[in-house]
Amino acid sequence: MEQLKTIGRELAMGSQGGFGQSKEFLDLVKSIGEARSKAEEDRIVLSEIDILKRKLLEPDIPKRKMKEYIIRLVYIEMLGHDASFAYIHAVKMSHDDNLLLKRTGYLAVTLFLNEDHDLIILIVNTIQKDLRSDNYLVVCAALNAICRLINEETIPAVLPQVVDLLNHHKEAVRKKAIMALHRFHRKSPSSVSHLISNFRKRLCDNDPGVMGATLCPLFDLITEDVASYKDLVSSFVSILKQVTERRLPKSYDYHQMPAPFIQIKLLKIMALLGSGDKSASEIMYMVLGDLFKKCDSSTNIGNAILYECIRSISCIIPSPKLLEAAADAISKFLKSDSHNLKYMGIDGLGRLIKISPDIAEQHQLAVIDCLEDPDDTLKRKTFELLYKMTKSSNVEVIVDRMIDYMISINDNHYKTEIASRCVELAEQFAPSNQWFIQIMNKVFEHAGDLVNIKVAHNLMRLIAEGFGEDDDDADSKLRLSAVESYLQIMSEPKLPSLFLQVISWVLGEYGTADGKYSASYISGKLCDVADAYSSDETVKGYAVSALMKIYAFEIASGRKVDVLPECQSLIEELLASHSTDLQQRAYELQALLALDARAVESILPLDASCEDIEVDKDLSFLNGYIQQAIESGAQPYISERERSGMLETTDYHSQDHHEVPSHALRFEAYERPKPSSLRTQASTELVPLPEPSYYSEAHQPISTSSVSERESSEIKLRLDGVKQKWGRPSYQSSTSASSTPPQAANGTSSHPDVGVGSSSLKPRSSYESKKPEIYPEKQRLAASLFGGSSSSRSDRKSSSGGHKPAKGTASKPPKENPIPVQPPPDLLDFGEPTATSVTATDPFKELEGLMDSSSQDGGSTDVMGVLYSDAAPVTTTTSVDSLLSELSDSSKGNPGTYQSQTSKGPNSQEALEKDALVRQMGVNPTSQNPTLFKDLLG
Amino acid sequence: MIKAVMMMNTQGKPRLAKFYDFLPVEKQQELIRGVFSVLSSRPENVSNFLEIDSLFGPDSRLVYKHYATLYFVLVFDGSENELAMLDLIQVLVETLDKCFSNVCELDIVFNYSKMHTVLDEIVFGGQVLETRSDEVMKAVEEISK
Repeated sequence: MEQLKTIGRELAMGSQGGFGQSKEFLDLVKSIGEARSKAEEDRIVLSEIDILKRKLLEPDIPKRKMKEYIIRLVYIEMLGHDASFAYIHAVKMSHDDNLLLKRTGYLAVTLFLNEDHDLIILIVNTIQKDLRSDNYLVVCAALNAICRLINEETIPAVLPQVVDLLNHHKEAVRKKAIMALHRFHRKSPSSVSHLISNFRKRLCDNDPGVMGATLCPLFDLITEDVASYKDLVSSFVSILKQVTERRLPKSYDYHQMPAPFIQIKLLKIMALLGSGDKSASEIMYMVLGDLFKKCDSSTNIGNAILYECIRSISCIIPSPKLLEAAADAISKFLKSDSHNLKYMGIDGLGRLIKISPDIAEQHQLAVIDCLEDPDDTLKRKTFELLYKMTKSSNVEVIVDRMIDYMISINDNHYKTEIASRCVELAEQFAPSNQWFIQIMNKVFEHAGDLVNIKVAHNLMRLIAEGFGEDDDDADSKLRLSAVESYLQIMSEPKLPSLFLQVISWVLGEYGTADGKYSASYISGKLCDVADAYSSDETVKGYAVSALMKIYAFEIASGRKVDVLPECQSLIEELLASHSTDLQQRAYELQALLALDARAVESILPLDASCEDIEVDKDLSFLNGYIQQAIESGAQPYISERERSGMLETTDYHSQDHHEVPSHALRFEAYERPKPSSLRTQASTELVPLPEPSYYSEAHQPISTSSVSERESSEIKLRLDGVKQKWGRPSYQSSTSASSTPPQAANGTSSHPDVGVGSSSLKPRSSYESKKPEIYPEKQRLAASLFGGSSSSRSDRKSSSGGHKPAKGTASKPPKENPIPVQPPPDLLDFGEPTATSVTATDPFKELEGLMDSSSQDGGSTDVMGVLYSDAAPVTTTTSVDSLLSELSDSSKGNPGTYQSQTSKGPNSQEALEKDALVRQMGVNPTSQNPTLFKDLLG
Repeated sequence: MIKAVMMMNTQGKPRLAKFYDFLPVEKQQELIRGVFSVLSSRPENVSNFLEIDSLFGPDSRLVYKHYATLYFVLVFDGSENELAMLDLIQVLVETLDKCFSNVCELDIVFNYSKMHTVLDEIVFGGQVLETRSDEVMKAVEEISK
């Protein structure tokens, strides 16, 4: 029966006029449809291309025929074959006077050509002519074409006509002209920037369709620049009101909904305008509230509008009533059987959770259902929601879930994303280092090649630094556990390269540190790695360096080193490696084996991976040698700066860019822009010249005006605080660099118990007690996810008694904590006496009062956050402040300086004094290490 | 903004493909194949939405609807509403239904340029232009007069 119908249709098609196609096209489509394989299809298409090529060469092809050929070519190109030989025919066809032929020509051209194609220039003229046509259908066809064919260069050619068309008597033309203008705006905002007011004008068009079309460009414009459209808030609201009150003609109804697409666009625009604007939001309350009542949630489009309302409410500053309505709508979505609505519900929940964090709790079970749903889209959306609501109390459950899911999928793109989310959450909320390392191991094992290399470096740094110098025991325990886990994992086949690098590095640094494993055991393992992954040079390099460290530690501790035969053969193999890097490593290893204990110890000291290496940039140790050379008649070295300075004076007037030797790369900072060389010359004469040493110290474009206002001694002080943007890192930038994790970790490490001790224990234990029940009982999972279980809450509350509340309440991010009154658990959990006793010597304690003002999002409350966020939230202590102001009054207003200082940890005061002294003496240190200048200062 | 409209049959043969930003033919083919392989692996009775960043770049979503032997696919960015896009497919199908009275795959294959005309009346340069199928019909009829 079905077939009969098909045949009938085919017959009818063959005789159809207008859009109908010929028998040949029918045959082509049919034979392609019946092709059994891609190869067969390709054969058919290629022979078709041959036929068409021949036919197009025939003279005097009737236009009808030509049109059909072109349609066939479009079809062929859609199947992935090149039809470029016929582009010119399509262009020609667009010149035709017959509307249908013209449209076909335009269609083919828009599908074939990109806007930068050479043939476009042949069409622009036609388009210009067509835009002026009296037949509005021709105009529409041309407008349709310009959306795809006009590029930035050709916009001016058609722009005046398109603008004229904005006032065309046919609304269909006005609509398309607006859309075309919008398209121009997207392609090249500058070319239509003077016409933007037209969009506003068209908003008042008599035709609702035109008004609706105007909303598209306005949405874009408002996205770019909210402030200039605030005046339209009430207009949009009143339009929406009229639409919902069914003031539009009945023909705009869609499934009994009045103009739903216009409503949705309006709601989107209102979300933009009301965001962060209380008064604008208030204007919207009424209409939004009405929409919730009016929307028919039985139709798809009704739900689309409802969702859009939720979205708008999550963007504007909502009233409690609206929030409630939105929450109700969400719960309806989540309870629905439709996966689409559940998806929208989860999405809405994710948006609303930012404003009212406790909303998720009512929907725990629905969320868990979605997480276990077979629908991948829904699952991913739910993971996104979980990601948004992760906090330290539920991080373990969520990350475990994510990793399970990550292991189960094959989609590399999403795997990468979820892996990076796992890493991010683990870094931010990890309850303990052990857990963090476990999670990292899992991530590396299953998605190792997909994660960023930085993650690996972070992990290595964490293992190397542990939680601080005060608690070496915990650190070595951590390292041992890492080593153990790695030795275990290593035996698994086919590990990702990045993971192997981490493994090799850790084994090299700490494999033998504990004495539990012998050097030969570890080195054997490392050789295995190098053997098994012999094609991976990076891994091999890591393995060889690890071997070198193992042997170095052995030699340094005075033990006799016997190099395993397989290591020996590995080294020999690498000595002749094609990779120079591997070769060098092998040679270094060989050379090291021949050295005595003392030399080895200074080359590779034990556990010194995080020590600062003092680099003597001035090469002062060569001073004696230089002196000798000069004495024996050598020319003194002229620094590059001085040389370029000479260059500057010699051909000063010759050209504007005199400073830049055109052939050489410049590595120093650019000078301040100079309006003209003459003026600069004058101004440099006026300004009290700062000491030349200062300029050579810091290649820094300091503002000349500030220089002229200050004494030179002040200049020096000021310079220390001024953050340099370019040029060589000066003192300030190097100290601020100390807020990078290594130093920041030291700063926070003054709570030794925080890390590995108490804080890790508490959440851990509560989690473990929960763990066995998770799978049998969804409720439990929900509880652990949403932190709703009363036991854990009381747990936190009881522990909060023993600790300073100031810390707990400090800058609590609302998003991460659904229970508003409840202080963040991670901090409260280390409320053990030891923790508070340590803080007595800690600048942090003094900082607590100031912490409220620090806007760090969760960072200050969260230990891991502090550890891992690059900008650790460290504020000044009052004592430090006064100390500093005594030492140098001009350094006020440089909080950056204090910040980096305090982050140095317990001995920060000492360091500060030194630094201040250093600055007073006008010495510009080049290293982060303040003790470097101990000798200098006496 | 709508990035692409595609129709393909359940065997993965493209029946109509329109990309609102120019893409070379090879890239178009790759995307069509990519979309099909994702769609064909979806079970029944799941949501009609997909996040498809892997194929179309960040913040790309896809809505599809399965009618008999055809997939109707819309790809768009974050500035559109998924449920509304689903209805846009509905609008398109309703209009085609009116055009061809009981549309089927063959109609779409054999009326390639009419399909494009219909689509151009509904989606214009990546934006939704018209959602009233009667209006679309009127416009199409006027053109083919």
